[in-house]
Amino acid sequence: MAEEMRIVLRNYGKIDPLKIEDYIAQGGYKPLEKARSMDKEALIDEVKKSNLRGRGGAGFNCGQKWLFAYKADSDVKYVICNADEGEPGTYKDRMIMENDPHTVLEGMAICGYAIGATKGYIYLRGEYPQLVDILNTAIAQAKEKGVLGEFDIEVRSGAGAYVCGEETALIESIEGKRGEPRYKPPYPPVEGLWNKPTIVNNVETFANIPVILEKGGDWYASIGVPSYPGTKVFTLTGDINNKTFFEVPTNTTVRELIYKFGGGIPGGKKFKAVQIGGTSGAFLSEEQLDTPVAFDNMAAVGATLGSGAVFVLDESRDVVDVTTRIAKFFEHESCGKCAPCREGTARMHELMEKLNAGKGSAADIALLERLGRVMSYSCLCGLGQAAPTPVLTTIERFQADYNAKLM
Amino acid sequence: MDYKDIIAKYADMPGGIIESFHAIQKELSYLPEEAIVEAAKVFNIPAAEAYGVATFYSMFSTNSRGKNVIRICESAPCHVAGAAEVVAALERELGIKMGESTPDGLFALEFTECVGQCQATPVITINGKPYLDVSPAKIPGILAEYK
Ligand SMILES: Cc1cc2nc3c(=O)[nH]c(=O)nc-3n(C[C@H](O)[C@H](O)[C@H](O)COP(=O)(O)O)c2cc1C
Ligand code: FES
Repeated sequence: MAEEMRIVLRNYGKIDPLKIEDYIAQGGYKPLEKARSMDKEALIDEVKKSNLRGRGGAGFNCGQKWLFAYKADSDVKYVICNADEGEPGTYKDRMIMENDPHTVLEGMAICGYAIGATKGYIYLRGEYPQLVDILNTAIAQAKEKGVLGEFDIEVRSGAGAYVCGEETALIESIEGKRGEPRYKPPYPPVEGLWNKPTIVNNVETFANIPVILEKGGDWYASIGVPSYPGTKVFTLTGDINNKTFFEVPTNTTVRELIYKFGGGIPGGKKFKAVQIGGTSGAFLSEEQLDTPVAFDNMAAVGATLGSGAVFVLDESRDVVDVTTRIAKFFEHESCGKCAPCREGTARMHELMEKLNAGKGSAADIALLERLGRVMSYSCLCGLGQAAPTPVLTTIERFQADYNAKLM
Repeated sequence: MDYKDIIAKYADMPGGIIESFHAIQKELSYLPEEAIVEAAKVFNIPAAEAYGVATFYSMFSTNSRGKNVIRICESAPCHVAGAAEVVAALERELGIKMGESTPDGLFALEFTECVGQCQATPVITINGKPYLDVSPAKIPGILAEYK
């Protein structure tokens, strides 16, 4: 049975996050030194070999992405750390940055060297004002020690917009604009911040990099499920005994997360549903609980790993009510740039409210299914494409809850 | 500090208008129209665009509001943990509805989505400071810190 394994949270509780000496005493900034002694292509190759895939949700191969930016011809390139962490039920990036800010800075600096960038930004969600000081303190210490060399890092705050976690909306926001996603392609590694080649990686992705450099790509690739190796940090919320976070290898199953790590459901109640990956994720029922928490395994049951949020509902919960709340979230967070999302999320919320109030019919459910299907391929960005997932998966897997509320 | 001085501090920061808006709100709790127009000038963009930025982000307010901004998380994990009861208790205690400010200008009540403190739901924040495992019984004590 899977045990906890700490890679990105390796220094959690072991160091004073505000003391760079503590981080260095644990071997910190040695991987950066090592990286700088390597040929850039060999370095990117090592990251590729680890098969590390982005922890921000899309699961893109990290080394491959870096290679695109490395190959892009430009004097100026940027590294952006996506610390927007807007997916409800998620706080793993906060845990990493609060407890070990230097691992994130080091990961970014390694990326900067690899692709040829000297400037990095951390785009931090506006809801984490306390972290601005922690990160700035860490940056100042790293500069004073000279460990970052040429590489400069600046913290920018978001201001409460979920869509700004989407990498091109995030870039717009750093540029001081409304956070509306861009049309892709071009993708950021070719044309990103101020139209320069830009790498956007999640906090957890960067936190893995120093360890991969230290222990090697092969070592990392051997942990967990081979197609999505390494560990993943999960945050458990809802009806669960241990409302906390765990870092586990990716061959851990959802059932182990809930019952072994999470300690099961409080009050002796029975399990009903779990939503994986945050509010845009799929709801799973009992039958899917033995799925490993790796990207492709999740995709096979119509789910995404997303941010690693695990939201558990016990038998007493009304799935339709919870899904209605979620539908409201997407109406609120839709940026309005594309019509399928702007209109679709509003209609979806409206239909869910109707069903939740006991005023809906089977025709409304059929309409939701059709609307959801259309949105999933016609919306401009992942927000609108994923917004129907909770609705569609609950209709499929918790039909009884819907039927009980029909007019 | 005057909003003009605040904005001037960010003038050389590329894309710094959002940081300047944060700084203004720290002082004034909202973004007055004159401040948005001034920011447009300093960052060399049309006033309409600056207004577009100010209204895009949920943490920015273009209407004057109470000094201490209370935000209640209504995302699903807080929702199932009893956020609605916390909302009712806050409305009762302050005598205002969600979206309103108290007549003395001390408090504003707003909804927010997840603030990333989901280990201890329900959660509220006041001026960005999180309060965890909030229950109706805890509300008077929390508010007293700001009176
Ligand atoms: C609506 C939306 C919200 C997103 N929010 C986040 C976020 O909060 N944090 C994050 O790292 N990625 C988020 N992403 C994914 C990013 O667009 C991007 O794929 C990611 O930052 C790439 O980093 P990675 O390869 O390290 O995962 C979001 C995507 C969408 C469509
Ligand atoms: S869901 Fe309320 S703080 Fe995260």
